[in-house]
Amino acid sequence: MSVTTRVVLGVGVIAAIAACTGSDQKGAAGGTAVAQTSSSVDLNGAGATFPYPIYSKWFSDYATSTGVKINYQSIGSGGGIRQLSEQTVDFGASDSPMKDDEMTNAKGGAVMHFPTVLGAVVLTYNVAGLTAPLKLSGPVIADIYLGRITKWNDTRIATLNSGVKLPATDILVVHRSEGSGTTFIFSDYLATVSPTWAKAPGRGKELQWPVGIGAKGNEAVSGQVKQTPGAIGYVELAYAKQNKMAYASVQNAAGKFVEPTVESVTAAADGAIAKLPANTDYRVSIVNAGGANSYPISSFTWLLVYRNQGDAAKAKKLKDFMKWAFSTGEQSAASLDYAPLPATLAQRLTARIDSIGGGATP
Amino acid sequence: MIERTAVATTAAPVEDAGGASPSLGERIVGTSVGDRVYVAAITAFALAVPALLGLVFLEVARAGWPALRTFGFGFLTTSAWDPVQGHFGAAPAIFGTLVTSIVALVLATPLAVGVAIFLSEYSPRWLRQPVGFLVDLLAAIPSVVYGLWGIFVLVPLLRVHVMPFLRDTLHLGVLPLFQGPAYGPSMLAASLILAIMVLPYISSVSREVLLAVPRSQREAALALGATRWETIQKAVVPYARSGIIGGIILGLGRALGETMAVTMLIGNTHTISASLFAPGYTMASLIANEFSEASGDLHLSALMAVGLVLLVITLIVNGVARWLVWRVGQRAGVGAR
Repeated sequence: MSVTTRVVLGVGVIAAIAACTGSDQKGAAGGTAVAQTSSSVDLNGAGATFPYPIYSKWFSDYATSTGVKINYQSIGSGGGIRQLSEQTVDFGASDSPMKDDEMTNAKGGAVMHFPTVLGAVVLTYNVAGLTAPLKLSGPVIADIYLGRITKWNDTRIATLNSGVKLPATDILVVHRSEGSGTTFIFSDYLATVSPTWAKAPGRGKELQWPVGIGAKGNEAVSGQVKQTPGAIGYVELAYAKQNKMAYASVQNAAGKFVEPTVESVTAAADGAIAKLPANTDYRVSIVNAGGANSYPISSFTWLLVYRNQGDAAKAKKLKDFMKWAFSTGEQSAASLDYAPLPATLAQRLTARIDSIGGGATP
Repeated sequence: MIERTAVATTAAPVEDAGGASPSLGERIVGTSVGDRVYVAAITAFALAVPALLGLVFLEVARAGWPALRTFGFGFLTTSAWDPVQGHFGAAPAIFGTLVTSIVALVLATPLAVGVAIFLSEYSPRWLRQPVGFLVDLLAAIPSVVYGLWGIFVLVPLLRVHVMPFLRDTLHLGVLPLFQGPAYGPSMLAASLILAIMVLPYISSVSREVLLAVPRSQREAALALGATRWETIQKAVVPYARSGIIGGIILGLGRALGETMAVTMLIGNTHTISASLFAPGYTMASLIANEFSEASGDLHLSALMAVGLVLLVITLIVNGVARWLVWRVGQRAGVGAR
């Protein structure tokens, strides 16, 4: 086990603990509880667990270089949105964009979405005798997860993997049991490529799964897949890379089979933003993005901030931090296996930061 | 620690059955101000606990009410759990909770009572302490550790050896209980881990209760010419019966509410299957899985309603258990004193 893996695991454990305590807190009144704002903390944020390792590196690096301290609780995307709506935090973070009704219910007015980094969902499998990565397409993955393809040597899988001898074993489908942004990205992709999937189960952080076994967390999904011959599961790219798991190449919108890498995920963002209008609110899904090198099961993770900040001093700190994140911060993303934003997008977002209003005295 | 409190609570109704102690009012007549303040304080403490339970109940009921109103009785009997469409039915989770808990008790009770009888009746003194301590230690292991052990040791063992052995070698596959593919995560895996987890509770309580059986009880039986086994069977165990049942109930309460280890092993699938090899769900793991990312108010409310059902089932189970302890105490004259 390398030192980085240990550090990442350690951070993960802390994130998990924070997530547990966080979910307890918000149970009572939908997000009134937040860490005590001590005088030494300049900004408070809460939300997604998925980008926690990179955010925590950013906040620590930023504190070292500027002295501005940012406290972030990784309590989950739902909790982040709820706390932002209740205005108990200065910014939120989420793996899925806020829904329209969530936007209207936010007490502090208009909420702006800023993509920060990209993540991807990869399919990991346990099939004996494979020498090269398995090739899969969106409709085939959807039908495996719908229970329509039940054997590994099904002709539809075999056609995608010509020349590979696939066993006649049953496919065991493994999915996440708890609500998670990973599930949202995965189901968003399947709903995009499969009309049947779009009807039911649909898109969500928790679904009514037609088949398979639910495992709690990336660890349990990968554990179950590793142990069970014939199993298939989905996990975050960063997790799969750090644990050296086998994962499939997926056919993208351009028809090419693309391996998930930091580069192919950034390419997906590139392919997706090319089509965005100039006045986009960035609440966009980038699954099945165009572009020859795009990995199709990719997604932004967002920072959520109010357009009209109440406190001018805090607004300045927040805007300064975001500008730093889109320039310096992005460079450290790949070291933690997050895909950085395409440079053009980072520039567009930096310009957009100026539209955040700084309260009474801007 | 655990055994003390448990013995105290389970023994209480037995003593009440005797019912000769003077009432609280009689006892404090004519005492000083300090005594009165003290009595008032501890009375307040005593009442605070039921009040707290009442408040929890009310709060959970209030939060779960929208879901119960929307789905009515169907919430308990339907099995669709679809957060995307907003259909919620808790039948599989209720089923899974009851099945895993009952199977766990069926597996754990003979073992735990056996351990208790050995430790109190047969074990040499030097062995009693260390073995008792180690059994108690099982209760101190965090449930996430049980879960991890389950994932990496128990589940592979079940999938590769135990399940095929039960189903094919012993031909138990003819029973619906042992049919279907052996994936590993299953109601059987969850039941087994629960059995290990409740074992120390049942065993500790039973041991303490058996040790508390008066020496004269044993000597009388032996003097009548009973063998050692007859003594235990006819004189010792019946005397301790209500306490042992109390221990089993304590274990059942633990099994019903256990969350983490079960979540990691049960497969988290909303299905009702007769087979123990099939994955399932429990109420506690459902709440643990979905609460932090619940999408929408109805979803959150449905989870609270599941919490309410779990609370009510636990109360019913404990009520029945109390009644059972009381009945046993009444019938077996020896136990009632």
